[in-house]
Amino acid sequence: MTLSSTPVPLLALEGITKRFGPLVANDRVSLTLGRGEILALLGENGAGKTTLMNILFGHYVADEGTIQVADQAGVLHLLPSGQPRAALAAGIGMVHQHFALAESLTVIENVVLGTRPVWRPTLRLGAAREALGRLMAESGLTVSPEARVAELSVGEKQRVELLKVLYRGARVLVLDEPTAVLTPQEAEGLFKVLRRLAAAGLGVIFISHKLGEVLALADRVAVLRGGQKVAERPVAGADRAMLAGLMVGRAVAQSRREPRDPGRPLLELKGASARGTQGTGLVEASLTVREGEIVGVAGVSGNGQGALAALVAGTAPPTAGRLLLNGAELRRTSPAARVAAGVARVPEDRHREGIVGSLSIAENLALETLDRSETRRFGFLRRGALRRRAQAVIAAYDVRCPGPDAPIRQLSGGNIQKLILARGLERNPALILANQPTRGLDVGATADVHRRLLEARRRGAGVLLISEDLDELFALSDRIAVIAGGRLSPPEPTDELTLERVGLLMAGQRAEAA
Amino acid sequence: MSALLDILASASFWAAAVRIATPLLFGVLGALICERAGVLNLGIEGIFTAGALAGWLTVYLGGSLWLGVLVAALTGAGFGLLHALLTVPLGLSQHVTGIGITLLATSTAYFGYRVALPTVASPPRIEPFAPLSIPGLSDLPFLGPVLFQQTALTYLALFLFALSAYVLARTPLGLALRAAGENPAAVEAQGLDVHRLRIGAVVAGSALMALGGAFLTMAAFNAFFFEMTNGRGWICIALTVFASWRPGKALVGALLFGAFDAFQVRLQTVAGGLVPGQVFLMLPYLLSILALVLVARRADYPKALMVPYIKGQR
Amino acid sequence: MIRFETRTTPSPALRAAAPVLAAAAALGLALVPLALAGAPLGRALVLLVQGAAGSSFALAETLTRATPLILTGLAAALAFRAKLYNIGAEGQLYAGALAAVTVGSGAVQGPPLLLVPLVLAAAALAGALLMLGPALLKVRLGVDEVVTTLLLNFVVLLFVQLMLEGPLKDPMGGGWPQSEPILDAAALPPLVERLRLHAGLLVGLVTVVLAHVLVARTVVGLKIRAVGENAAAAAYAGIGVTRITLLVAALSGGAAGLAGASEVAGLKGYLTADLSRGFGYSGIVVAMLAGLQPLAVVPAAIFIAGLFVGADTMSRTLGVSNYIADLIVALALLCVLVGGLALRYRVRWR
Repeated sequence: MTLSSTPVPLLALEGITKRFGPLVANDRVSLTLGRGEILALLGENGAGKTTLMNILFGHYVADEGTIQVADQAGVLHLLPSGQPRAALAAGIGMVHQHFALAESLTVIENVVLGTRPVWRPTLRLGAAREALGRLMAESGLTVSPEARVAELSVGEKQRVELLKVLYRGARVLVLDEPTAVLTPQEAEGLFKVLRRLAAAGLGVIFISHKLGEVLALADRVAVLRGGQKVAERPVAGADRAMLAGLMVGRAVAQSRREPRDPGRPLLELKGASARGTQGTGLVEASLTVREGEIVGVAGVSGNGQGALAALVAGTAPPTAGRLLLNGAELRRTSPAARVAAGVARVPEDRHREGIVGSLSIAENLALETLDRSETRRFGFLRRGALRRRAQAVIAAYDVRCPGPDAPIRQLSGGNIQKLILARGLERNPALILANQPTRGLDVGATADVHRRLLEARRRGAGVLLISEDLDELFALSDRIAVIAGGRLSPPEPTDELTLERVGLLMAGQRAEAA
Repeated sequence: MSALLDILASASFWAAAVRIATPLLFGVLGALICERAGVLNLGIEGIFTAGALAGWLTVYLGGSLWLGVLVAALTGAGFGLLHALLTVPLGLSQHVTGIGITLLATSTAYFGYRVALPTVASPPRIEPFAPLSIPGLSDLPFLGPVLFQQTALTYLALFLFALSAYVLARTPLGLALRAAGENPAAVEAQGLDVHRLRIGAVVAGSALMALGGAFLTMAAFNAFFFEMTNGRGWICIALTVFASWRPGKALVGALLFGAFDAFQVRLQTVAGGLVPGQVFLMLPYLLSILALVLVARRADYPKALMVPYIKGQR
Repeated sequence: MIRFETRTTPSPALRAAAPVLAAAAALGLALVPLALAGAPLGRALVLLVQGAAGSSFALAETLTRATPLILTGLAAALAFRAKLYNIGAEGQLYAGALAAVTVGSGAVQGPPLLLVPLVLAAAALAGALLMLGPALLKVRLGVDEVVTTLLLNFVVLLFVQLMLEGPLKDPMGGGWPQSEPILDAAALPPLVERLRLHAGLLVGLVTVVLAHVLVARTVVGLKIRAVGENAAAAAYAGIGVTRITLLVAALSGGAAGLAGASEVAGLKGYLTADLSRGFGYSGIVVAMLAGLQPLAVVPAAIFIAGLFVGADTMSRTLGVSNYIADLIVALALLCVLVGGLALRYRVRWR
């Protein structure tokens, strides 16, 4: 890789290596970025993209390697490591996947935070407002400066993040998975803004694992795999298959859905509403999941998926409407009642809701069935029985772990997900609720989860699959419904759906308008 | 009934209310500053005690009153620094560390008192801060005696309240502190050092708490007694919640509390024969619990309160 | 440069060594104030150890002092384990003591086999009820239990004073605010002739073993551990988090209440308003030194008790204030917190 391929270098990373204990997160990675260029950093989860950017931004200190940033005159200078302040001063701005915004403060307060020396006696908000107004006009990013961030939509919050970076006069803009929270149409809007900024001379690094976006937006793509840069090339002339091959580096057996006639209705929602623990609730949803059928629910995160999942999982009561399983109404709202009724549940956040980290694998597997005779005798734990059960699961699901007595937190995300799936599937459930079951998993673990869900479908179980990954939904689901603003669209057969139509529904347009 | 109204209408009652509220003003302001930056400081009760001893001992050993105030503030800052180092960069439990700081500061003060005065039976007194009439203002009817014939420490408390309210609302430092208590990642992303901000806030807040203690020995009781803090620190923590972490509300809350306390003292002299004295003494604590219950449903916590921030871990 | 690496599972030896090292560090740090007070350091330490464990009499005193600390330490360990920060053991101890003298000083007559369990049950119930208030406020309204339990300590102590000057005052007490004595049939008998060591120690030990079995071996114990570690996951799995929290509150308050009964019915024989020398607060340190493990509460309590008893001896001989014991206890708490952190990380120099 020579510098000649990029016009005027803005940024040069050279031989960056970062180790976490035995894990090498970045292995001698070198990258350059030119003025006006959009560089995509492609890689699956755990490939080292976020680590590399955290090093660039000074959150981590690299074990080896250097970073150079060009000044206004175009001369490269060494960037001191481990100092976010230095990175900011050098003109590097980052929009994180999880927004770094203080929610109870206003937009303008978030923007000026840290831009004036802390010991000055005034904030000068008036001048800041004017400068921000000019920036909004130039970039096309508009949002009310006096609004509290908590009141903004996700898309608006992302705009605030971009404005923050631009307000500081950034010349290198790094975006970490920026489209994860957007509809396809919103993402297209973001791409327009990014192209405009690049045309004005900014360098943009766009981190993604979505091939389509990379091809649509970037000039050049660098591919990370297992911490190493395995390829770097212009996007022109590249295609999906080629990038996918580079990103994954191995053939992964894609699970295929075999045709199957669905049976009787299993789960029926009839005009059911529920409150979400945070944000959007569920409004009068109607949906049927039948035996041997996977029904997918697509949607941008925070549009009522949480309330839908809580309703089915038994952690939130219906505020209106009815909920039926096997034709019988589910009146009691309790997770225990759902489990007893034959519902297996995979929570959205496996670390927060799925497991108790300090408890052993055996104890975690028993967590949903503590009041059953297979777990207890005279109130005491049947520890031998729990251990044998755990051993069986570990063998059947190929869980990599030290043993049934090991604290579950020592395991990788993929292995934890296997155990959560096993906990539900062991009891041959009629219905499986899987909420974002593959989020954050690598390709191998993802394929494993898909295989298990399809197996359950073959066996005749119904699956309600809530996911933000449209590829996953299109691959697994027999029918797909879309949730937007808490309203669920009627499910439509996957074979008759297009990505564009799902995108429009995700943006909240009603079926007739699409 | 008219006796009660007479109490409420008298300037001397309201002057007492402001005087009684003064240590709470210092304490509540200190707690508020720590918590707005995201750190609960349960060391407050012990820091009150240590400040009370430090101020008093300085004067007793021949120092001036203001030197005593300075030593008290530095003592508080020292314990605050310890609390901050344990809870901010090390991320230890703020609850348990705070209790530890209270135990440490209290026992250090008691031990120090016994080292300085091994054999004294009745606590020696010092010449305290005298009330200071503000020329012109102190002659105002009613308001004069209530607000402008107080000790210098009361004026200092009110001034620091106004200053802190301004800094929090209107300066880059205040904005950074508020953001550190809301979302430290946002602060770090903007190139500010969350740990330094939080440590600074806890040190400054703890110095203020110690001044609350110093007021007890240097302007109220004029001597150091064991267990003289008597839960004032915990009451300040409750008042901070009650005030939703807003300086204006905290000022009003502390003054109301002072008024209530002054009222129950006077009520005791009126109704003392009928109701045992302990019932009156319980009221401040019960009132604090009641205040917590009243705001419980709508308490608008700083989002990152008690959440340690570890760099690079998002 | 110093680097920290996370350690997933500290070895059992390291786990056991950490509190011992923390206690040693606290003793080391306490040499500074001792030196400032002008005490001869070597002799002070020797007197401290002799006072705590130098004779069978000293050992008995230490065990006597450890008795309430075992129970208040258990109270804190159980509650903290479920992330319920009960700082109100001091108040619950007094509530238990109050209930013990109310029941045991003549209100009910009967043989020891009836009266002793009755006194203990009344004390445990009083402590449990007192803790249920803050726990209910926490689970129903989200009120921080630390502040409410702390404030209640003051209320309870004032209530005890009120009762001792009023309804419970001993007419034969020579005007002192103290309760009527516990009946002989309701008292916890001494364990050794002519020593103050009493059957309260057995009450403490039995309670600790029961608590250990409960936490480690039963379904309820697993629920308690799950709720304490990750309440969201426990709720998702169908465990009644609110019920478990209230149960833990009752168990914790009950243990502290038993400490009050043990002091009144085993040691003092009647109730005064200075019954506890901060046993409720020291119990927190005991619990932390014990790593919140019920069985480890016993050695931790004996260590803390030894400090207090030894410091009394040292104070009498050298004229150094016995508040040095409180100081060491506070330092031990902070040291064990830091030590717990060191367990999770491996420090590397390079």
